[in-house]
Amino acid sequence: MSSLTVQDLTKSFGATPVLAGVDLQVPAGSLTALLGPSGCGKTTLLRLIAGFDDPDSGTVALGDRVVTGAGRSVAARRRGIGFVPQEGGLFPHLSVARNISFGLSRRQRRDDARVRELLDLVGLDAGLAERAPHQLSGGQQQRVALARALAPEPSLVLLDEPFSSLDAALRDETRVAVASALAAIGATAVLVTHDQAEALSIADQVAVLRQGRLVQLTDPRTLYRQPTDLDVAAFVGEAVILDADVRSGVAHCVLGDLSGEWAGPGDALPDGPARVLLRPEQLRLGAPGSEAPVARVLRVDFYGHDSRVWLQLADGAAVSARLEGTDVPSAGDDVAISVRGVARVFPPRAGAVQGTAVAAG
Amino acid sequence: MLRRHPVTLALAVCVAALALLPLGYIAGYTVDVGWSGIQELVFRPRVAELLWNTARLVVGTVACCVVLGVGAAWLVERSDVPLRRVWHVLLAAPLAVPAFVNSFAWISLLPGLDTYAGALLVVTLSYFPFVYLPVAAAFRGLDPALEETARGLGLSSWGVFRRVHLPQLRVAVLGGSLLVALHLLAEFGALRMLRYPTFTTAIYDQYRATFNGPGATMLAGVLVLICLLLLLAELRLRGRRGYARTGRGAVRPVRPVRLRRLTLPSLVCLAGLVGLALVVPLASLGYWMVTGSSAAVDVPVLLTTTGTTLALGAGAAVLTVALAVPTGWLAVRARGRISTVLERSTYLGSSVPGIVIALALVTISIRATPWLYQTVPVLLAAYVILFLPRAIVTVRSAVEQSPPLFDDVAASLGASAPDRLRRVTLPLLAPGLGAGAALVFLAVVTELTATLLLAPTGTTTLATAFWSASSALEYGAAAPYAVVMVLLSAPATVLLSRDARRGLTT
Repeated sequence: MSSLTVQDLTKSFGATPVLAGVDLQVPAGSLTALLGPSGCGKTTLLRLIAGFDDPDSGTVALGDRVVTGAGRSVAARRRGIGFVPQEGGLFPHLSVARNISFGLSRRQRRDDARVRELLDLVGLDAGLAERAPHQLSGGQQQRVALARALAPEPSLVLLDEPFSSLDAALRDETRVAVASALAAIGATAVLVTHDQAEALSIADQVAVLRQGRLVQLTDPRTLYRQPTDLDVAAFVGEAVILDADVRSGVAHCVLGDLSGEWAGPGDALPDGPARVLLRPEQLRLGAPGSEAPVARVLRVDFYGHDSRVWLQLADGAAVSARLEGTDVPSAGDDVAISVRGVARVFPPRAGAVQGTAVAAG
Repeated sequence: MLRRHPVTLALAVCVAALALLPLGYIAGYTVDVGWSGIQELVFRPRVAELLWNTARLVVGTVACCVVLGVGAAWLVERSDVPLRRVWHVLLAAPLAVPAFVNSFAWISLLPGLDTYAGALLVVTLSYFPFVYLPVAAAFRGLDPALEETARGLGLSSWGVFRRVHLPQLRVAVLGGSLLVALHLLAEFGALRMLRYPTFTTAIYDQYRATFNGPGATMLAGVLVLICLLLLLAELRLRGRRGYARTGRGAVRPVRPVRLRRLTLPSLVCLAGLVGLALVVPLASLGYWMVTGSSAAVDVPVLLTTTGTTLALGAGAAVLTVALAVPTGWLAVRARGRISTVLERSTYLGSSVPGIVIALALVTISIRATPWLYQTVPVLLAAYVILFLPRAIVTVRSAVEQSPPLFDDVAASLGASAPDRLRRVTLPLLAPGLGAGAALVFLAVVTELTATLLLAPTGTTTLATAFWSASSALEYGAAAPYAVVMVLLSAPATVLLSRDARRGLTT
């Protein structure tokens, strides 16, 4: 397995730019999730890496070997890149075993042991080998597609939204099976998804793509805690975003005085208007009466393992809090809000008037 | 998209040009003749009489076919009439009896059928499956959820039929009616045998009398014009709305309507229809086989003729499917205006009656390529033009089953282009290509009109041998050829009753 390096890759379809200079570094043996809303160019990026399309400019390298760039392009079939398409894409005229052995040499194709080994790797029973693809469930088809892609021992595996067509229960199970199969052989893999929970839970690093550009490339924890801007913050999870006024390192906002951590350029937290990011699980609710700011409970969404509480703040803004356990308030209650942890502080909205932020504080 | 398939595009353009050759010939000839020539040749009582004959036969037949086809389809697909599957096959089976064989069967028993009513009876019995099959398929495809939703919104049974079923059947009924009308306009053998004069028989007589006078060509021009008007009318009536199901998943089976006391009358109606359309012609053929005075079957000649027919059918099938591949491929893989135009032009070309195609090819081959006149290649070209759509429809749906994704996946697994063709594309296309070839083969086996005009001297097919014997009133000698044709056509009927949407779109 080798690393993948993408440099300044651009691609347009007609007059529409799809990728506008993407750089991406995937270390050998790691799983990277390409995360972005639909239409952000992530599938195009995957197809360029696989060699199904040629970019307008830029380079793609596997380890030290440049496969696209400087006017030359290695054909898809000579790249040694495994590909798992969205709905599996199993050849309907071939059995499971013949699908898996498709990419093997003629001699290896006769070797049943290899097929059994691969079925075992993706957590499937060897008894499925002679089934036709349409006799498998969606999750099984995805696993067979992965086994097929891994069979020729590729230097990189690409997965294009492999779980999006599966229903919720099957999706988790398949995701775990795929992740452990990839980990077992130390595969370098790139997985495209629009599902942030999937990206955060499965990947070693997440690349966030927006409008044909790479916005952030980092590990899942950092991405969730220190998103590069508020759009990324809202895309990778639920966000509580409030106007604030920063004075000597403290952000004053409708939820009180929060210790802040600056997300902009430079180290120090500059004074003046700003916006703060909190995650719903950072809000804690208590009985009103203390110094803490008070909010009215608008609605409670009860999920069993936890609940989301919709709150109306003193200035009229609505935010949500995530609470564990069964001890949750009811709609109409007044509650006091306290904040745990640090708020992430971002520059104010362009054109925002300073006075409103002060008033809110 | 088209830039990526230059060779395929060039081939598809050539195929479209071939398909449009007869139309172009007629158009060019009309321009040559000029307005005064048209006035002289077209505006005369004889043409008016043919027009009247053709129009009333088309209108009458379409009306009868719609009533019989929709009624039978409703009984088989929506009611609890016993033996529904058996009736379904029996109602598609008349397609196995070529119309000219059917009319031979009737007129040889009842010589008094050479009237409008006789022609109406015989062609309706031959063509009603063209309406029955698509309407039955449409009934089967109706999502019961739509009906249940409509009932939930307070509609009565009649309201459901009028506001839910009828709009959805519209496309099928219109399509079936168009098929009946186009087949009828092109029908030569059956009407000739019933001595009912229409454009096709008149063109044939003109052709026999003056070989290739402007008279025949101008009659052909009028006939082509009527065909084009019908195609346009059908397009306008069909409208642009989609009638495909929007939901996913399999359609639940419907609960059939209970007939109760109407069961017996319904069975009698179905039995009567099948009896007239299937039992009468088969019994008549059997009768002539056994009792015909000229019944001495010349087995070696029958075998040679069958061999010739099979060889022509196989050749035409392979050629037609091969020529259908570029067009069908582009229609799926490079969707767009150009692909649509190329696909539609083959449909347009084949909607021209066989006699016109034959006439055009005779004239063109005499003028442009005399060394090809009266040779097998010209005959094959006529078959290709006539039956291309059957092959394109099947190739197209086969290509749809083989999305480019499979090509990409195979490439990522290291397969080279020839390897991908051999290991992925061809295996996926093979069933569709086979079905297309079978449909063309069976159509060629019973083709009469173009074969009569274009077959090289001394080449006799089952259809032309049957034709010359029955024209000479040697019914006993004609019957064996008809029996072989019916036997060869039977598999096509099974194919059609299984998948009614396929192969009927000619």
